[in-house]
Amino acid sequence: MPTAKFPGHFKSLAGIRKFVYDAASAAGFSDKEIYAVELAVDEACSNIIEHAYGGEGKGEITCTCNNLNNGLEIILKDYGDAFDPSIVATPDFSVEMGQLKPRGAGLFLIRNMMDDVDFKFSKKNGNQLRMVKLRND
Amino acid sequence: MEITSTEYKRCDVVKTVGRIDSYTAPELEEKLNSMTNNGKYKIVLDIEGVDFMSSKGWWVLIETQKKCKRYNRGELVLTGVQERIRDSLNLVGMSSYFTIFDDVVSGVAHF
Repeated sequence: MPTAKFPGHFKSLAGIRKFVYDAASAAGFSDKEIYAVELAVDEACSNIIEHAYGGEGKGEITCTCNNLNNGLEIILKDYGDAFDPSIVATPDFSVEMGQLKPRGAGLFLIRNMMDDVDFKFSKKNGNQLRMVKLRND
Repeated sequence: MEITSTEYKRCDVVKTVGRIDSYTAPELEEKLNSMTNNGKYKIVLDIEGVDFMSSKGWWVLIETQKKCKRYNRGELVLTGVQERIRDSLNLVGMSSYFTIFDDVVSGVAHF
């Protein structure tokens, strides 16, 4: 159950992606699946820094990777602000470019890159994002 | 991430190598903004050497495209988009905002 803590800086993203890349690679995922995991975790961590912590240098992100029989479980923890993921709208990319609003693409990608996505928020224990990627055996 | 640019008669080619995420995207944004601020709106962005791009990167390109296409004065086209990046672009639905070419020669010829 490898776990690592990362400073809440965008500079940490490369290291976080490497951490989950290694776990996904060891779990036997294809290159395409590994990229999906990297992208989902990157988007999630970017959101934690930007939105949960409200900026860089305000807290840490803990990342845990657990091998499952049929895939990989990744758990991200932070102590930033909670939010309601159900009210984050999916961006509408059918509109004219001038009307595009730069919000929501990250969460959309997370939900589509991973097979299971679950948020838990607790003032006492912090926020937890659990993501599962199933292997296409 | 490395960014280089070459000026041609009808357009500019910007070559980016590395990974575009929330940490590196501002550097690309600064480069593209410096070009549009100097009246360069016909841009070929070569991302053959980019093997990771998060949504932050895509938003930088969208904002640049908005500036380039305003008043029909130009366009930002993409070349060498790796399959994994194209897949995520298509998934989100942003691909309709960009013309994508296989290589720089084709991208330059577009102008």
